Amino acid sequence: MADPAPATVRVPFGEAERTTAIAFAVMVALFALAPAVVYPVFLMNVLCMALFACAFNLLIGFGGLLSFGHAMFLGMGGYICAHAAKEWGLPSEAAIALGTATSALLGLVTGLLAIRRQGIYFAMITLALAQMVYFFCLQAPFTHGEDGIQSVPRGKLFGLLDLNNIWVMYYVVLTIFIGAFLLIYRTVHSPFGQVLKAIRENEARAISLGYDADRYKLLAFILSAALSGLAGATKAIVFQLASLTDVHWTMSGEVVLMTLLGGMGTIFGPVIGALVIVGLQNYLAAFGQWVTVITGAIFVVCVLAFRRGIVGELAVWWQKRRG
Amino acid sequence: MTEIFGVPTQALFGQLLIGLINGAFYAMLSLGLAVIFGLLNIINFAHGALYMMGAFCAWFLLQYLGVGYWWALLIAPLAVGIVGVVIERTMLARLYNLDHLYGLLLTFGLALIIQGLFTNYFGSSGLPYRLPEEFAGAYNLGFMFLPKYRAWVIFASLAVCLSTWYVIERTKLGSYLRAATENPALVQAFGINVPRMITLTYGFGVALAAFAGVMAAPIYQVNPQMGANLIIVVFAVVVIGGMGSILGSVITGFGLGVVEGLTKVFYPEASNTVIFIIMAIVLLIKPAGLFGRAR
Repeated sequence: MADPAPATVRVPFGEAERTTAIAFAVMVALFALAPAVVYPVFLMNVLCMALFACAFNLLIGFGGLLSFGHAMFLGMGGYICAHAAKEWGLPSEAAIALGTATSALLGLVTGLLAIRRQGIYFAMITLALAQMVYFFCLQAPFTHGEDGIQSVPRGKLFGLLDLNNIWVMYYVVLTIFIGAFLLIYRTVHSPFGQVLKAIRENEARAISLGYDADRYKLLAFILSAALSGLAGATKAIVFQLASLTDVHWTMSGEVVLMTLLGGMGTIFGPVIGALVIVGLQNYLAAFGQWVTVITGAIFVVCVLAFRRGIVGELAVWWQKRRG
Repeated sequence: MTEIFGVPTQALFGQLLIGLINGAFYAMLSLGLAVIFGLLNIINFAHGALYMMGAFCAWFLLQYLGVGYWWALLIAPLAVGIVGVVIERTMLARLYNLDHLYGLLLTFGLALIIQGLFTNYFGSSGLPYRLPEEFAGAYNLGFMFLPKYRAWVIFASLAVCLSTWYVIERTKLGSYLRAATENPALVQAFGINVPRMITLTYGFGVALAAFAGVMAAPIYQVNPQMGANLIIVVFAVVVIGGMGSILGSVITGFGLGVVEGLTKVFYPEASNTVIFIIMAIVLLIKPAGLFGRAR
């Protein structure tokens, strides 16, 4: 606090990293201790959705690409994982890996199509492709249509950890989340992430510097799809269910909202956003359609008055206070 | 009974007609989206919800005020158009200096609010709208029966689309509009009130959606979700056609409706997805859309 840096001067690099490290440690500690006071299944839902939102944020926050069809990766990852675990009897780690890989492949195919257009068109194309995947899931026999894939066995992770024990399950989910979170952090701060940000800021200039913008965008899209698939697959094991809810366009809208509310392009924003939205849905579940109205209202308020999101506003407030 | 490719002609023409009807709605809705996008650079996600509002407006007028179809065809677009003007003035107008994606997010939120409110008050089951008596019965075309109302829908939507095309491409007002699409600052400098033009354009596009909603009321059940699924298909239609040309979006709308109808005859499993598949193919061959310009 002794350093009276003016507000216009950015916080020194090392200090920003230290703040992030402290925030990360606090987040991990909170999630590790939380199940002592909060229902673990609720927390696991939060963790899965937070992972989903972080994966989505990688694309919008750092690549500037608004995908309105991310539910297809979440849902497909969940369906494949559930099917592999239940019908093929694969162990849970293999089922999760297969779900993730399928979503990555779906990301490759849809990404190749979607990156051919930009901005608003990109959003519409991903939405349309996701709707196609939704209809596929509605009709394909292996998804069991409206019923979904029910009573998916949790099994034993690596043949050792019994996932039917809720505590074991919780800490496995937490480990997956932290691993993916660190991977995203590393990606964003790697040369790859820097190029991605450059493309977001000025695509023409990035291309003129010799970067193959489409390749970077596609890679980011695939990575984001794979991590969304990981979230969906983990969710399917946790809830022992894969259903149409996770492929529906409302889910694509929800992940946009979580990221927007928490703060686009911030590291921790999507986690906070997921916590708030999942909590809200949990407590308002009894009010039926009012949840939709409130979700829509949060969207409108965020866009009109709160575009930085919770974490973004906090960061600005913190900098002003220091200034 | 005659057959074509092993399909009874009756079924073939029946589905073709349904395809044309769906196409009429695709055309009207994608036209509204294209007009709004041209001037505001916003994709109006609330378009489906406002189409639904139009249908509910007609239902409400008939149910509670005894006001019939023809008046509804005039009042509903006006009422929804006013709602649109309010939305544009109070909310969208604040976003013009920002990334265009915020417009999409805002209208998505509005769509959720409108749909949620209507579901709360009217439930999610459909409400029937009585067909006006003038339209009872059908024309016998020899090879099939054409219900009078369906003929009217196709005729009216063609008339609306073509008059919109005429106004935009052939009148002075339309030339202002096209000029403002190209360069709003310059048009403003010539003394034309561009912000007002933007407001009225949004109001008009939205009124077009409500008009389509009233036309849909006697065919489909009036239901809060009726716009939600339709709008995603219309987005795909817009991507396929490209938003550069008015006639392009009309042709694409009708054409895709017919293709969808034919798919129902020959390969029903794909009828829900065929438009999205066509979108994927068009993106591979001509990313700017069939009638679009790269921008």
